[in-house]
Amino acid sequence: MKIKINEKAGILLIGVSRVWFRNALVFRRNIRVNLLPPFIEPLLYLGAIGFGIGAYITDIEGVPYIRFIAPAILAASVMNASFFECAYGTYVRMYYQKTFDALLATPITIQEVILGEIFWGATRGLISALSISIVLLLLGLASPVGLLIALPFSFLAGVLFSSIAACFSAVSPSIDTMSYPATLFVAPMFLFSGTFFPLHLLPQIVQVLALLLLPLTHVVSLIRGLLTETSVPLWALNISWIVMGTIIFSFLAIRLFERRLVV
Amino acid sequence: MVYDDPVTINHLHQYMSQYVIEAKDLTKRYRDLTAVDSISFSVTRGELFGFLGPNGAGKTTTMKMVQCVSPRTGGKLRVFGDDPETSGRIIRKRIGVVPQETNLDPDLSVFDNLTVYARFFDIGRDDAIKRAKNLLEFFELEGKKDTIIEKLSGGMKRRLLLARALMNNPDLLILDEPTIGLDPQARHHIWEKLLKLRAEGHTIVLTTHYLDEAARLCDRLVIMDHAKILVDGSPDALVRTFIGMDIVETDKSDQVTRYLDSINISYGTGGEMIQVRTDKPRELADRLTEQFREIRVITRPGSLEDVFLMLTGRGIRE
Repeated sequence: MKIKINEKAGILLIGVSRVWFRNALVFRRNIRVNLLPPFIEPLLYLGAIGFGIGAYITDIEGVPYIRFIAPAILAASVMNASFFECAYGTYVRMYYQKTFDALLATPITIQEVILGEIFWGATRGLISALSISIVLLLLGLASPVGLLIALPFSFLAGVLFSSIAACFSAVSPSIDTMSYPATLFVAPMFLFSGTFFPLHLLPQIVQVLALLLLPLTHVVSLIRGLLTETSVPLWALNISWIVMGTIIFSFLAIRLFERRLVV
Repeated sequence: MVYDDPVTINHLHQYMSQYVIEAKDLTKRYRDLTAVDSISFSVTRGELFGFLGPNGAGKTTTMKMVQCVSPRTGGKLRVFGDDPETSGRIIRKRIGVVPQETNLDPDLSVFDNLTVYARFFDIGRDDAIKRAKNLLEFFELEGKKDTIIEKLSGGMKRRLLLARALMNNPDLLILDEPTIGLDPQARHHIWEKLLKLRAEGHTIVLTTHYLDEAARLCDRLVIMDHAKILVDGSPDALVRTFIGMDIVETDKSDQVTRYLDSINISYGTGGEMIQVRTDKPRELADRLTEQFREIRVITRPGSLEDVFLMLTGRGIRE
């Protein structure tokens, strides 16, 4: 029985990796276009907010302001890369390019297609995290050991954001409606997840809402702990939210895509 | 054709079961629509089998169920003797599909479209490259190897879709409207390739609403309309059974209908034409031209189109 389950998981994993590989190949074909933004973007934020606004703020809880926001910039770019890949990228492949139809005519199953998409989105997040890590390392803005641990962790965070995006993609009636989650979910997350100022400055009710509804809060909190080598008081909550969220939203995404595509 | 594979387990398996596809009372219902209503048909090995019918007849839905993409609502369906509901992956491994809507990968080159596709069938890299080269040659696309999909003509895209569908050396090739939207040259090119594939022993199922296509290609076909199969048989047999005789056609006018009524000859009218089925076409044509000097009379053998229009009516379908 156990062998049978392992065998099934093995076949699933192979299918997932084939879907992942297709996306990776396309990414590699356009590597110059694809790799530049993840390097430029953090520099813009670090420059404008870190050095600009940072000039008026000496430090936050003993951490220099620029070091305080560096982990948030890393976390936010993992979120952006993963979320937008599985929101717009996935939608375009499903709806406009009919790539899913082509895949589903092969032995590949819909579960494998969706998981492949989600893991690919997470990979985009990891690629962003990697390029920002290089920038932070060169500027000496983060703990090298912390960065090393933060990288695999950003892949997990990427899976979380990708699976949430995939859920939106699965229910979106058109590509235009995708701007709702972008402005009503991703944008507030970018601003209110303890990214540019500590969470405890917010009214208590907003703090609770942020912890409850904005997963970036948990990602920022953990990565900040790693990169600034400070303690993370809510680490257990942070990790549980991310792990549970990843599992729930991945299953939900598969379910929603099945409902949309298997008719 | 282009492969030199030895006889595989798949082929052996296929020799054992007589039917490639077997459907009995196959039904597909959506919430407020019955797309396929209790149809029965079977396709045997090496056959070129056609589904002919107007738009919305249920042809594509039937194909989707055979491809194990769309689950059936009722009835029995077996492909290679297996149930699509439980053996989807195994069945899909042995099928090649040419969809109605182009779904080539616009992010990849012509050659990569084939090799990346092969990976989904667990075909090794060397093997995939060899097959892709052979197939591009067969479909006369070698020169377009590194072209991006966007730059291909409609006919080339369709040929590439066919090549892609053959990458896994399928035991069953399914084509949904293979020549839709193509110019006459491109259509003939596709037909030529399909006939070659049939000659090599491929089992092919296609849907079409082009009568000439069905008449020219299919060994056997069913005519579908309103989610049901109306008739099945070879194109010739259908024409013999339902039309049986030759057809005399002339422009519609009251004088002619009055005349035909007066000599007790029954006729049909469709559009602007009067049609008479007869086994003595020359005789009737002569009588008509004698009677009405200025009249235009055509005699011709009955065709699949006559069967089709007789069975499905002349109404325009959305």
